[in-house]
Amino acid sequence: MALLRVENLTHFFGGLRAVHSYSLSIDPGQIRGLIGPNGAGKTTIFNLITGRYKPTQGEVYLDNAPITGLSLHQIAAQGLGRTFQNLRLWRHMTVLEHVKLARYSKLSYGIVGAFLGTPKRVRQEAESDRRAMDLLELTGVRRYAEQIVTNLPYGAQRRVELARALALEPKVLLLDEPTAGMNPEELVQMLQIIRHVHAQLGLAIFLIEHRMKVVMDLCQIVQTLNFGEVIAEGTPERIRSDPRVIEAYLGQEVVT
Amino acid sequence: MGVLTEWTRSGGQGLRRALARGWAPYARVPMLGWLFGALLAVLLERFLGTPIARGLGMPGIPALFGFDLVLKQPLLLPSAIAYVLLIYALPTALVARLGSSLANRAAARLLSYPLVISAILHLALLYGVLHTWSGVNDYRLLVVRLSLIAVMVTLSLNVVNGYMGEFSCSHPGFMALGAYTTSVITVVLFVSDNQFGEAVLPPVLGPLIFPLSLILGGAVASLGALLVAIPSFRTRGDYLAIISLAFMFIVKSLFENLEVVGGARGLGNQPNYAGLPTVFLWTVLCIWIVNNFVRSTLGKALNAVRDGELAAEAMSVDTRRTKFVAFLFAAFWAGIAGALFAHVIRYINPDTFGVRKLAEVLAMVYLGGLNSVSGSILGAVGFNVLSEALRPLEILKWIIIPILLILVMVFRPTGLVAFREFDPAQMLKPRDNLAEEMSDGLAAS
Repeated sequence: MALLRVENLTHFFGGLRAVHSYSLSIDPGQIRGLIGPNGAGKTTIFNLITGRYKPTQGEVYLDNAPITGLSLHQIAAQGLGRTFQNLRLWRHMTVLEHVKLARYSKLSYGIVGAFLGTPKRVRQEAESDRRAMDLLELTGVRRYAEQIVTNLPYGAQRRVELARALALEPKVLLLDEPTAGMNPEELVQMLQIIRHVHAQLGLAIFLIEHRMKVVMDLCQIVQTLNFGEVIAEGTPERIRSDPRVIEAYLGQEVVT
Repeated sequence: MGVLTEWTRSGGQGLRRALARGWAPYARVPMLGWLFGALLAVLLERFLGTPIARGLGMPGIPALFGFDLVLKQPLLLPSAIAYVLLIYALPTALVARLGSSLANRAAARLLSYPLVISAILHLALLYGVLHTWSGVNDYRLLVVRLSLIAVMVTLSLNVVNGYMGEFSCSHPGFMALGAYTTSVITVVLFVSDNQFGEAVLPPVLGPLIFPLSLILGGAVASLGALLVAIPSFRTRGDYLAIISLAFMFIVKSLFENLEVVGGARGLGNQPNYAGLPTVFLWTVLCIWIVNNFVRSTLGKALNAVRDGELAAEAMSVDTRRTKFVAFLFAAFWAGIAGALFAHVIRYINPDTFGVRKLAEVLAMVYLGGLNSVSGSILGAVGFNVLSEALRPLEILKWIIIPILLILVMVFRPTGLVAFREFDPAQMLKPRDNLAEEMSDGLAAS
């Protein structure tokens, strides 16, 4: 049974058809990839699934419940965690605060608890602290916990974003180019961490990538997107040798 | 040239090191020690202040650390400095230093009871200091109460402008709503005058009803905030600044044209309910609740909304709710502060809550520091005391204070103590361990 199911998603930006009848189904524990040249509509698909844009047509189901049309924070609270292509961290906050904040929807102490510091709040905040620290340990940035996030090296900032998305306790994790802008060393570390997180938490992961190496390493099934349409779907090996994919990436071979 | 810079640099370092060494014994004085020192100083002033001041050639106890006196008679500067050193600095430092180990032991002992006990004791001491200091004359009492009220206003505006990062201008409007609501209640119920006629309830009930009427004043201010929030939080950007500024003017002209509450003539005869204990208690309550809020995850959500709304939404934060709660919360405290203000001055008119008030409040927030409770306290008290101290300069005051503000903005753009967490529990702790850690650090370096 599919954990995340997308059916016939279509989206227009004005007259431009950015995504055309896109479908997807991710099973529990699966790692799926989405590749495609620049401007193919990969990030748009992420934004449609997570509720940032309302799709012109189509439905999204998380754990068999329809989530199309819900607002961004509601979808996030239902268990869809994401990271961003360009880091979106909060520049005045510490690493620990980042991860704790993603537990916003898990807290039930309400306004009264926030104002008066009730025992319930103390208990829930302590629980949040503990879980956040575990996630920082898991992603290998625990030693930065009390630091302001902008003081961290780039690779560590990426990992903080991952830890933050994990604090949502997501059923499906969406990673938007998790290795963008990384040097080879950071890249290898990131791959290890994603694999480690996947093994530890047994999440379903859906990732957008540019680098073939990452997709080949991580994904079981890969989709290739071009001009908003899926042109090929299959195992990484098959995708790599698929002529349509090669054409989309490298252009058509002209034989004279 | 190189030698010179080298020399000044090492000289500066030497001076800094000497200062650090001189300060080291004071670093291990806990809050309890400082409060005891201050209490002794103000008690000393209470009993020996007049003869000492006369002995130094001054007409009597200087009202505000001698500022007012010196600005009128510059020749008294040495006497004023001597007075401040002799009465305030010396006894405080002496008691703090000599009683340091005793105070540390006492503070440690207090922590074996629930934290509340220690907090209440510290607050009682602080109140004692303020009470004794302001007991010398009515002017001081007024300055202290107005400063405390300013702390509430500043703190509440900081929640919006600092923690949430939006720019709101409507705080004078919220203060006016609170001030008028509470004033009408207390004047109608407990005062016989020709505005509202005979008192309805016996005056004995006054102090009991007053807190309720304050809360009602705050609630009305929150209601006003809702009117601002609904249109302005649909989008980000400058909308809030514009709408909230408009709101401030609307409230002002509303009260100018509302003859029932005196129109432009204003509303007077408020009963004398806002004594120092009342104002002190409400201020402490305000600081405590605001600090609780901004340190909770719900409060941190404000920072997340400020630093990246999309990421906050994607991390399950209900940004709309967050903004509404914070804005209404801020307005509530502004309303209460306005109501207390009305009962301290015991007269209000619409002009009180105009652009000048706005400028003052904004100045206090940005002087003290954005996103910081301790900054707001420092900003409000600092600005008020400075503004009172420079009062004899009359119009020049409004040149000097803006220049100071500009200097602060140039050298510390976010304010004096910005982006600092305020942890009261930390302040109550004994400090002898801390001093050891520090000396370890010095030895290691």
